Amino acid sequence: MSLWKIAWRSIQQRALASSLTGISMALGVMLVVAVLVIHGVVNQSFLNNSGLGYNVVVGAKGGRLDLVLNTVYYLSRPVENIPYTYYQEFTEGRFKPYVEKAIPICLGDMYQDFRVIGTTPDFFNQLDYGGKKYEFAAGRNFEPDEYYAAVIGATVARQAGLGVGDEFQPSHGSGPDAHQHEPFKILGVLKPTGTPNDRGLFINMEGFYLIPEHAKPLDDEPAAKPHAESEHHEEHAHPPDEKHEHADVDEHKHVEDKHAEAQHEEHVGEEKSAHEEDHAHENIAAKKHVDNHEDTDGDAHAREHAAEQYANGEHVHDEAHEHEHADHDHGHDHAGHDHAGHDHDHGHSHEPLPVEQREVTAILVLTASVGGAPPELMAPGLIKKVNKESVAQAVLPIREMSTLFTMFVDPMQLVLLGLTVLIVIVSGIGILVSIYNSMSERRHEIAVIRALGAGRRTVMAIVLLESILLSLGGGLAGWFVGHGLIAALSPWIAMQTGVSIGFMQFVGYELVIIPGLIVLASLVGYLPAMAAYRTDVAKALSATP
Amino acid sequence: MLLLKDVRKSYREPDGSVLLILDVKEFRVAAGEQAVLMGRSGSGKTTLLHVIAGISRPDAGVVRIDGCDIARLSEAGRDRFRADKIGYVFQTFNLLPGFTALENVMLGMSFAGRRADVQRARKLLERVGLGHRLSHRPPMLSVGEQQRVAVARALANRPKLLLADEPTANVDAGHQQQIIDLLRNACQEENVTLLIVTHTPEVAEQFSRVDRLEDFNQTAALA
Repeated sequence: MSLWKIAWRSIQQRALASSLTGISMALGVMLVVAVLVIHGVVNQSFLNNSGLGYNVVVGAKGGRLDLVLNTVYYLSRPVENIPYTYYQEFTEGRFKPYVEKAIPICLGDMYQDFRVIGTTPDFFNQLDYGGKKYEFAAGRNFEPDEYYAAVIGATVARQAGLGVGDEFQPSHGSGPDAHQHEPFKILGVLKPTGTPNDRGLFINMEGFYLIPEHAKPLDDEPAAKPHAESEHHEEHAHPPDEKHEHADVDEHKHVEDKHAEAQHEEHVGEEKSAHEEDHAHENIAAKKHVDNHEDTDGDAHAREHAAEQYANGEHVHDEAHEHEHADHDHGHDHAGHDHAGHDHDHGHSHEPLPVEQREVTAILVLTASVGGAPPELMAPGLIKKVNKESVAQAVLPIREMSTLFTMFVDPMQLVLLGLTVLIVIVSGIGILVSIYNSMSERRHEIAVIRALGAGRRTVMAIVLLESILLSLGGGLAGWFVGHGLIAALSPWIAMQTGVSIGFMQFVGYELVIIPGLIVLASLVGYLPAMAAYRTDVAKALSATP
Repeated sequence: MLLLKDVRKSYREPDGSVLLILDVKEFRVAAGEQAVLMGRSGSGKTTLLHVIAGISRPDAGVVRIDGCDIARLSEAGRDRFRADKIGYVFQTFNLLPGFTALENVMLGMSFAGRRADVQRARKLLERVGLGHRLSHRPPMLSVGEQQRVAVARALANRPKLLLADEPTANVDAGHQQQIIDLLRNACQEENVTLLIVTHTPEVAEQFSRVDRLEDFNQTAALA
């Protein structure tokens, strides 16, 4: 019979005490595993995800980490924007020689708890994740001219219950002040990527710009931004007869809506219709000064209609192009006013927002590879050039994340790890107390084993093995429970960080757990083992068992 | 087979004084012999068995078993010798309660430096009439059955010498004879020298050789 079996039998004999000490060890190891794995995997994933097919992020001057957290992980508070023309410097301007790919993204809107990201189809066509191309679980990518089209990440699809063909309305800001906007039609659902993009709703940047308040006010329109508030005050200042006039507007709008529907059905863009629409726009814009709530149903109807047209590739803005005067009349309404949305509601002015009114939150840049050299070599030059100017800043996401981890996360992990290791040590002391307390009642048993021929070292080894079995048993149970806990928490972690962690996710440090437990068990088992070693056989045999 | 010569064993009392327990000029048991040793309570019978088994080391003298003076061996050497050559049956059986009957027998084999022989352990238990109780733990066995397991365990390593310390003291009269018969027959079959310590005359009278400790232990004679 092996010494292991003898030790195991001894543990079984004291089942309750052994179970309790084993559970205590399991809890300690479970916490160690949880801290190690969550930190290790999140750390690794954060660093891996900081290079999703690009190596430089360009955004507004300010917090570098904020910029990275916002643009790469869709976390933290929104950052300022940079002019669209600056983005063009990367695609066709002075930064072009440094750039292989430059993808713009616009942030600021939410859908439920998920970030809405305005971008171009190139986001999925040109970028990758971990060397893998983005794939669609259902549907497809949107086209540049499908303004109100969207692609959503796997987590969003699962948690928000959205799928291809569904529509969603991004909201600007969050909380009670959030504004609802145009619905976007989902054309594609991404396969899970294990990246923050699983938690994103990607809408066509052109549609993003047409959302009210997304257009940058022009310098000659200072009242554009505070419009909503002033509009509200004006509302009450309008004389009653003006309101009466707007009753006609509603009627007019109704005619216009009907016409738009007919136009949609027949796919005919007659000039006459366009004129009527333009007229309607003027009236509706005026009406909105009175009460922009009265026509909610009509708006919703028109929005739905327009979105369908765009999602279906029917580009109403082409019609609008035919009437430049109409563009002029309402172009400024897009400049951050509800009027722009209102125009859009009727599906009549879906022309792209003028470049001077556009902004982007960030540009995801993959630097060019020159003469076969890795793209990273070009990054410092580009960063230096961008940062020298006052418009924007360029950062290396991987460096920012490394700094974050080195400065904040790693020390935090160290503290947590220290605490959990302390718990394991306390559990180990529990094993010591449990075995040591049992020694007085086991002295006779040890003497019998000695009388049967076991040496002092043998009984010492049996007690040490008992300690090791308890520690390892508890530790292994804790390891499994720890990984189970991680698997259970995985959806929440993915929700918070975009990092997916599975049950079988290991980190290298876990390899230390088993040898560490053996060392700990040997240390705590040493005292009772010595008690066994010193047992006076003759005396113990003489004592009544 | 067994020779004790000029063996002295004393213990230090809590007050510092030395208490001499054994002072044996000479004591012999021949190979294959079955002997009984009688003596009053406190006369040093158990101490003598501990010295013969190598559990205690004598202060002086020779304890030769099968040609080996175990008094000269280190503690570890005596442990190994005991595991190999000596079987021990205790007054209180001393079976380990967490182990089955079979495991208790095999436990005796575990420290002899050879592979545990399950077949022999089974056979021994069958020999003592417990073939149907192999997987029972001691608390599930009667007192008589426990002592029979103890006998099987003592024989497990094919010892040269079997020491039995009051083997019938804790069993009822019905089982007393059963145990003595078992010991005698088993030792005869296995060619094991048997030395039984008892204070029960009914046990002693069944053996041809009965020694009284007082006859060869000077301290017992003085007491």
